[in-house]
Amino acid sequence: MTLSDSVFTTDRAALATRLKMILPAHCLLTDEEDLRPYECDGLTAYRELPMAVCLPESEVQVIDVLRTCHQLGVPVVARGAGTGLSGGAMPHAQGVVLSMARFNKILQVDRSARTAVVQPGVRNLAVSEAAAPFGLYYAPDPSSQIACTLGGNVAENSGGVHCLKYGLTVHNVLRVRVVSIEGEVFEIGSAAPDAPGYDLLALVIGSEGMLGVVTEVTVKLVPKPELAQVVMASFDDVARAGDAVAAIIAAGIIPAGLEMMDKPATAAVEPYVKAGYDLDAAAILLCESDGTPEEVAEEISRVTAVLTAAGARDIRVSQSEAERLRFWAGRKAAFPAVGRITPDYYCMDGTIPRKRLAEMLAAIAAMESKYQLRCANVFHAGDGNLHPLIMYDAAKPGEWARAEAFGAEILELSVALGGSITGEHGVGIEKINQMCVQYSAPALDAFRRIKAAFDDKGLLNPGKAIPSLHRCAEYGRMHVHRGDLKFPELERF
Amino acid sequence: MQLDDLIERIKAACQAHAPLRIRGAGSKDFYGGMLAGELFDVAAYAGILAYEPTELYITARCGTPLAEIEAELAGRGQMLAFEPPHFGAATLGGCIAAGLSGPRRMTSGGVRDFVLGAKLIDGTGQVLDFGGQVMKNVAGYDVSRLLAGSLGTLGLIAEATLKVLPRPVAEQTLCFDFDAAESIAKLNEWGGRPLPISASFWFADCLYLRLSGAQAAVDAAIRALAQAGGKPIAAVDAAKHWISVREQTHPAFAAATLWRCALPSTAPLSSDDSLQAIEWGGALRWYADAPDGLRSEAAASGGHAVLYRAAESKRCLDGAFAPLSPALLALHRRLKKSFDPKGILNPGRLYAEF
Ligand SMILES: Cc1cc2nc3c(=O)[nH]c(=O)nc-3n(C[C@H](O)[C@H](O)[C@H](O)COP(=O)(O)OP(=O)(O)OC[C@H]3O[C@@H](n4cnc5c(N)ncnc54)[C@H](O)[C@@H]3O)c2cc1C
Ligand SMILES: Cc1cc2nc3c(=O)[nH]c(=O)nc-3n(C[C@H](O)[C@H](O)[C@H](O)COP(=O)(O)OP(=O)(O)OC[C@H]3O[C@@H](n4cnc5c(N)ncnc54)[C@H](O)[C@@H]3O)c2cc1C
Repeated sequence: MTLSDSVFTTDRAALATRLKMILPAHCLLTDEEDLRPYECDGLTAYRELPMAVCLPESEVQVIDVLRTCHQLGVPVVARGAGTGLSGGAMPHAQGVVLSMARFNKILQVDRSARTAVVQPGVRNLAVSEAAAPFGLYYAPDPSSQIACTLGGNVAENSGGVHCLKYGLTVHNVLRVRVVSIEGEVFEIGSAAPDAPGYDLLALVIGSEGMLGVVTEVTVKLVPKPELAQVVMASFDDVARAGDAVAAIIAAGIIPAGLEMMDKPATAAVEPYVKAGYDLDAAAILLCESDGTPEEVAEEISRVTAVLTAAGARDIRVSQSEAERLRFWAGRKAAFPAVGRITPDYYCMDGTIPRKRLAEMLAAIAAMESKYQLRCANVFHAGDGNLHPLIMYDAAKPGEWARAEAFGAEILELSVALGGSITGEHGVGIEKINQMCVQYSAPALDAFRRIKAAFDDKGLLNPGKAIPSLHRCAEYGRMHVHRGDLKFPELERF
Repeated sequence: MQLDDLIERIKAACQAHAPLRIRGAGSKDFYGGMLAGELFDVAAYAGILAYEPTELYITARCGTPLAEIEAELAGRGQMLAFEPPHFGAATLGGCIAAGLSGPRRMTSGGVRDFVLGAKLIDGTGQVLDFGGQVMKNVAGYDVSRLLAGSLGTLGLIAEATLKVLPRPVAEQTLCFDFDAAESIAKLNEWGGRPLPISASFWFADCLYLRLSGAQAAVDAAIRALAQAGGKPIAAVDAAKHWISVREQTHPAFAAATLWRCALPSTAPLSSDDSLQAIEWGGALRWYADAPDGLRSEAAASGGHAVLYRAAESKRCLDGAFAPLSPALLALHRRLKKSFDPKGILNPGRLYAEF
């Protein structure tokens, strides 16, 4: 996949000269060997070398870099920790990577107001660590939280295991400071519950670095629950496990976390973490309850009753913090565990209505034989967010192409089932074609106009997230919009 | 009324450059800037389209009364957690466009936090679908949430999907004899503790605190808060009380000129005696006939003041909403233009400039 959508011709020497005027030497990389580490993000299948990497240390430097790029017509890709899995931070060959890594200070933790003001390069977990002495934490907890940054979280609207109950980034960020491509500074949102005018926070959060560069973030902190306990249930078939999830919600329970793994996933993780998973089960469900000890006891007993009625073959409740962490260890280590049993894997990220789960898993099983590749499924069951891990070997000719097609088919089926092509990892470069499947031409056009309202020259992260008309026309061969299949009578592929 | 009727009306207005004033039930005519344009009553485009209790969403047409939605949800033990007033016939479209939320907002989030998707008709009559019916969708810009509080200036919200939540199993309201400053201090202290607080309201030296959740959690919190002087209120009275707060029939909202200040919850209290009520853990403060400096004082504390209710002449003079910085205003204008190039939808309702 290429960024052929956008044509830029940058004069490398002129750019370097201008950047040297505004950045000290240790904040600017231009030699190929220095640029190499920035050529991709977590999605390593797509790589591109930028012309320069800027590592600003102050907001003034960010403003200067953006102004310069705006004047010279040079594309800019902001970068946090580079853990993105959809190629959002992949560089542009004609452009600059603006790494926010040195914006790594927690500026304030206000115990009484329950807020923290942080720079965008601060790691997600560091916010919770700074808040811990006050009995507070930052709720969104992507699995990558040891590494990923708040700037990346804002750009991707990241979520984690706890987002069913505590929300995504968009529900937990109060205010951001943004520098526009023209070098203008905006304060969006506020420490108050709302701000005058349009809710621009909603636009900026999840905008994948396309609207501006975030230089400061105010987040909401919440009280740490006194206790957390997890129920682990195993099922003989995945449809039953899916029904059990629906039954929990129908009983009026919103667990702190509700995750599912299928048999291939448990088979991959059990030898790795020894969590004690039931290896004969078709699916395992992990359901966490948090709150006061009284609340947790009440919820656990209700969840247990629901799971029993739903036909769980085995139910275990964690009896200590160590056991709770062990139950979770397998789920948390699912990616690296799968990484051990296959040379490469491709992590997808679609969401579907929960009730379509069994249908989706059956379709994935059929795709495994069609593409001759294995797939393990870990799944944020509570909110319908699937993470199929497609296993392939990049060294074998044709395997990556098959994995890519496999992934695309899963995403398009997600849309057809009433879901979305991404629940938390973003569109980036990876799913740009599937945007043409999820959204109609007028909606895509509205996205482009929004983009233009912020960045009229289209310099911020070009070629990502919002496809051009041209790209959709080319991809339009297999347009499936909101389940309305074109030529439904024909077999797919 | 059909979707096509709505589209045709907007297309015609666009061609004629004739402004429209979108109206649901009109319960909100008092709110925002001037009312301009021909009345465009959309209340007849009504009806619940989909409700999936186990998927936690409901989709309805814009004219659907909130009362109808809430009745449907109550039948399955669920609710709109931001507790919008359903004030007679208030509609779903008006509720999202107005972007205001009720007592539970401090803990559950506001309208915008529950909007999952919307079908919008823009100012040229194009139908745009944003978001969807699933909890997590980060594909494309989150336009559905942007619509919350946009007062109909970006497009007609024809249909919308909201996230719903189960109603809490148990609920109990406590009352404390605290003055305003003490209430704010206590609310911020309690907010940092794992207590199941779901609403707060201060009026006339009395702080009401609602606890919601599992029975055991509510019971434990009542024991903990008894030491601070919290006295339980009978369930019927408590229910009436919170409805009067939600619907603003409580005497605290009686003044003819009413200012709404959203502030950081810890913002120091101006000693002004026009303070009427405090909601949302200290973050929402209501003033009657406030002194002239209120808007700049709110801004200095990191918040903003809305002239919530006043004679139309006063609203037009002062602007209902706090002015935007020049950079933000320019951005708002460009966004408005991108959805409504002819400026025909609710001009001046949010800001006089667009
Ligand atoms: C093992 C693993 C597990 C993961 N688990 C989860 C998970 O559970 N949930 C989840 O949501 N994600 C998950 N992710 C994906 C990823 O960690 C998140 O998307 C994360 O938010 C990216 O943060 P980052 O700092 O690495 O951003 P990057 O990858 O550096 O950048 C991501 C995007 O943000 C933009 N950006 C970065 N900083 C700024 C800024 N200051 N201003 C403007 N734009 C900016 C970039 O341009 C890019 O488009 C996982 C990734 C891995 C590798
Ligand atoms: C005495 C009183 C007390 C109130 N108390 C509260 C309160 O405590 N909290 C609170 O949040 N609200 C309160 N309200 C306001 C009101 O009940 C709600 O905001 C209600 O949801 C508005 O709905 P409506 O259908 O009446 O909107 P309308 O008044 O008809 O319209 C409100 C705005 O939305 C726009 N609009 C309406 N429908 C659409 C649509 N489909 N698409 C785009 N734009 C649209 C209109 O143009 C207008 O700008 C109160 C109102 C009154 C009169």
